[in-house]
Amino acid sequence: MTPGADVILEARGLTRLYGRGSEQVQALKGVSLQIQRGDFISFTGPSGSGKTTLVNLLGCLDNPTAGQLDVAGRRIFGGGGPLGERDLTRIRREIFGYIFQNFYLIPTLTVAENVALPLAFYRKPGVEGEVDRLLTLLGMEHRRNHLPGQISGGEMQRVAIARALVNKPAVLLADEPTGSLDTQRTQEIGEILQNLSAQAGLTIVMVTHNPALAALGSRRIEMRDGQIQDT
Amino acid sequence: MISRHQIAFKNLLRKKARTFLTLVGIVLSSWVLVSLLGFNRGYEAALNRDIDNLGYQIMVMAKGCPYEAATMMLQGGAGLRYIEEDVAKGIESRPEVAGVTPILMQAFFDPNKGDGGGIAGYYGVDMQTFPAMKPFLRFRKGGWPQGSEAAEAVMGFEAAELEQREVGDSILVPEKNVELKVVGILERTGTQDDGTIFVPLKTLQQVAGLDKITTIGIKVKKDADIAKLEAALYQLPDMQVVSFSQVKQTIMKLIATARVMVLSIAVIALLIAMVGVVNTVLMSVMERRHEIGILKTMGAMPGDIFRLVWTETLLLCAGGGVVGIGLALAFARLSDLLVRRVLPYAPGGELVAIDLKLCALTLLIIVAVGLLSGVYPAWKAGRVRPLDAIRGGL
Repeated sequence: MTPGADVILEARGLTRLYGRGSEQVQALKGVSLQIQRGDFISFTGPSGSGKTTLVNLLGCLDNPTAGQLDVAGRRIFGGGGPLGERDLTRIRREIFGYIFQNFYLIPTLTVAENVALPLAFYRKPGVEGEVDRLLTLLGMEHRRNHLPGQISGGEMQRVAIARALVNKPAVLLADEPTGSLDTQRTQEIGEILQNLSAQAGLTIVMVTHNPALAALGSRRIEMRDGQIQDT
Repeated sequence: MISRHQIAFKNLLRKKARTFLTLVGIVLSSWVLVSLLGFNRGYEAALNRDIDNLGYQIMVMAKGCPYEAATMMLQGGAGLRYIEEDVAKGIESRPEVAGVTPILMQAFFDPNKGDGGGIAGYYGVDMQTFPAMKPFLRFRKGGWPQGSEAAEAVMGFEAAELEQREVGDSILVPEKNVELKVVGILERTGTQDDGTIFVPLKTLQQVAGLDKITTIGIKVKKDADIAKLEAALYQLPDMQVVSFSQVKQTIMKLIATARVMVLSIAVIALLIAMVGVVNTVLMSVMERRHEIGILKTMGAMPGDIFRLVWTETLLLCAGGGVVGIGLALAFARLSDLLVRRVLPYAPGGELVAIDLKLCALTLLIIVAVGLLSGVYPAWKAGRVRPLDAIRGGL
């Protein structure tokens, strides 16, 4: 095995500038880090510290202003000009699954249909039976024919997690996944993520304000003013 | 597990009231469109059929005759102007003519008809030429009179119904007290023949005390120059020429004007429905921008999103189109009646002719217009950047 073969994400000097009128805001200032396969990383820090910007770049949702990003040993950013939306989509659907604070389930589709939704657009080989397996794994089998309006917030986030995992991604990106949930549901979702990392070897990159949730990760990264403050 | 069509269909169910109202717009547009196209086709076919069912393309009559006939029909008085039978022979000798048939039209006042009496119309027709010129006339019972002077009559379908006569019954010619035996009753034709009583020409001439005729029906040879023949007929002194091709052209010109106006209304209705579709789908896209962003994070390409939104438009238009066409078919008879009330002249038979081909054409137009309407919202949706959508922009 070559050195660094277990590195799934490697960022070097990632920088992101945003234009706000004539003013330019540096949201991310040359961040470098490595994330190994199976890591459960929590990014914490105050609002505006750059953690969501960093996760968006790691998840190929945005192009950096400068810096490099390698995903699974493949140079994504920093090897030429910015990537177009099609190229980013191709990378995203191969590598990443995403969950957000708002679950964005389609209200007229059942739980099972919501989980199967990504397969209508892209289906990796070997994902047959994943919908049923994930519903069972996340304890949502008995709710498979319910509509999102008929289940609780915690259950909705479980469905969103199942949806994010249905195409067997290598990395799950979670941006404030429990931001809309109470303490008990937050704990439940945290345990689910911890189990997915520990038992299924899933790489999880999570942004959270919640210290208890952040503590569940195998590594915690504190962000401040667009830079990594502490690991 | 779930197809894009199912996703598109279920997306439409989110805002049921809005989808329903848009659907109503499409239903009405397609209803109007298919009915108008059906009328466009049906009216011309009915008019052609009416004229073809006359059996002859040109009629020659004494000048002023039609007006006097109208007077007679209204008042039961005043005599018709007449033509000598020899005129028919002269016309028959022309090279363009395939055949002629002399006709004597007579109307008698029947005091027992309806409330306060009515007019009974009799057609004296030549038994040698008239049936041959109208081979499409079918008998419900019986047949043409045998012999050119037989005291026999053939009744049109409605005339027989009205008089409640059967083959073998007798009818009394009003004013003249002459008895005729009914030897045939025609099938319904949807033309003026339905209300007519046909009698051998000589018999009607004897009843009326005349040896002349009122009209000559002229059948023109297939490839003959009708205009040339008409020009020659106009040279006949004191004769009036009625060419059915001219009549048809005049009526069609009048109808064409109305048709342009009505089709314009249909196009406007279609445009309004189109704007409704654009509005509905665009609003739906704006409301779902977060979800569209999420779909893109899941691996949906811009083309996938475009097709998804386009499919919603297609379902909306195809659904509305099918329902609208179904309603047009179900209420075709009602449309027919309404059109008949409005038109100054409506030929017999089906005026609003809707068939499967027309339904398919209309559906194609509606779907094509709908797909065109869906291009902009679908393009807009396809361009959504996931990060912008998740952040809340579009």
